[in-house]
Amino acid sequence: MEIKHTALAGTLESSDVQITLSEGKGISIDLDSQVEKQFGKQIKKVVTDLLAKYEINNVKVHVVDKGALDCTIKARLIAAIQRATDTQNEQNWGVLE
Amino acid sequence: MERLRRTMMFVPGNNPAMIKDAGIYGADSIMFDLEDSVSLAEKDAARMLVFEALKNVDYGNSELVVRINGLDTDMGKADIYAMVKAGVQVIRLPKTETPDDVVETEKVIAEAEKFFGIENGRTHMMAAIESAEGVLNAPAIAKASDRLIGIALGAEDYVTNMKTHRYPDGAELSFARNMILHGARAAGIAAFDTVYSDVDNTEGFNHEVEIIHELGFDGKSVINPRQIPLVNAIYAPSEKEIRNAKAVLNAIEEAHKKGSGVISLHGKMVDKPVVARAERTMALAKASHLVDKEGNIYVE
Repeated sequence: MEIKHTALAGTLESSDVQITLSEGKGISIDLDSQVEKQFGKQIKKVVTDLLAKYEINNVKVHVVDKGALDCTIKARLIAAIQRATDTQNEQNWGVLE
Repeated sequence: MERLRRTMMFVPGNNPAMIKDAGIYGADSIMFDLEDSVSLAEKDAARMLVFEALKNVDYGNSELVVRINGLDTDMGKADIYAMVKAGVQVIRLPKTETPDDVVETEKVIAEAEKFFGIENGRTHMMAAIESAEGVLNAPAIAKASDRLIGIALGAEDYVTNMKTHRYPDGAELSFARNMILHGARAAGIAAFDTVYSDVDNTEGFNHEVEIIHELGFDGKSVINPRQIPLVNAIYAPSEKEIRNAKAVLNAIEEAHKKGSGVISLHGKMVDKPVVARAERTMALAKASHLVDKEGNIYVE
């Protein structure tokens, strides 16, 4: 799946995460989180696992985490992917476990 | 025994902090909202947020409800599919005007269950009634589907439709409350009262809860966790009511042991409605932590 344009989902409120996707070569993740030391690896894993399910291989991901649960990170990333690929109305049910 | 639904806490569907904490306040039901509390631009994001929360967050014994966008919008069908897949217990229809609204929604729910290979009928429904037409159709709406677990009054839209507004004495809602309650009871399902938006007005809130408790509503919709203990306190039975309920249930048990068909207590006949009331009183007493699991009253 190809990223068509820059799109973001989520807010900068507590317990949320804001994820911006834009076109790129390969996958690069730029993480900004107060809990990066403790949870940085886990946050990146949630992101890369989900990108793999959507078969997205070329994307720049900017993550601003405000203490989000893994399920919130997943939900925001799904919304950002759908927005960046113009597929808001074509839910990929296979990806949602 | 039917589950208790004293409180249904509204949680905005695009607010991760509130969604994360929704389970800690002891609401009997939690209603995640994809409708009015979510802006149009965020509907897709809220749907995924609630989907993931339902799949991953432990909400204990609370019944989980999602208010979807109506099928007359672009979002309604996608909301239903996502919530059915997430395994939500109850889908709440907004602004229900006719029995057909329920039937149409049920069709899409059944379609979604089939699509995902989920057992037909697993997803329950409830209908919010928020207009004059809806109120007049309440009895038919309540009987429109076996999936319905309850109907609820949505007063803000209703009073606007009626060209009035909310008053402290609740007279403007009297007819609607009674219609909805009778519709629900005739169909054998639950009746929920509307929200009370002035969260700092405890006196006004308590007054409204006393009215609906007296009428016979199962419970009230709440918009702030602070309102939950207030509702529970009004729904908690008195010690006298608990002792009486225990006596009724003991008499029934004794009679069953003896194989006796007719039961009397203190010279009064104990029939089915008396037993049903006693069982509900004991369920409320347990939920209010006034008795232990065996029904013994905690000593003050």
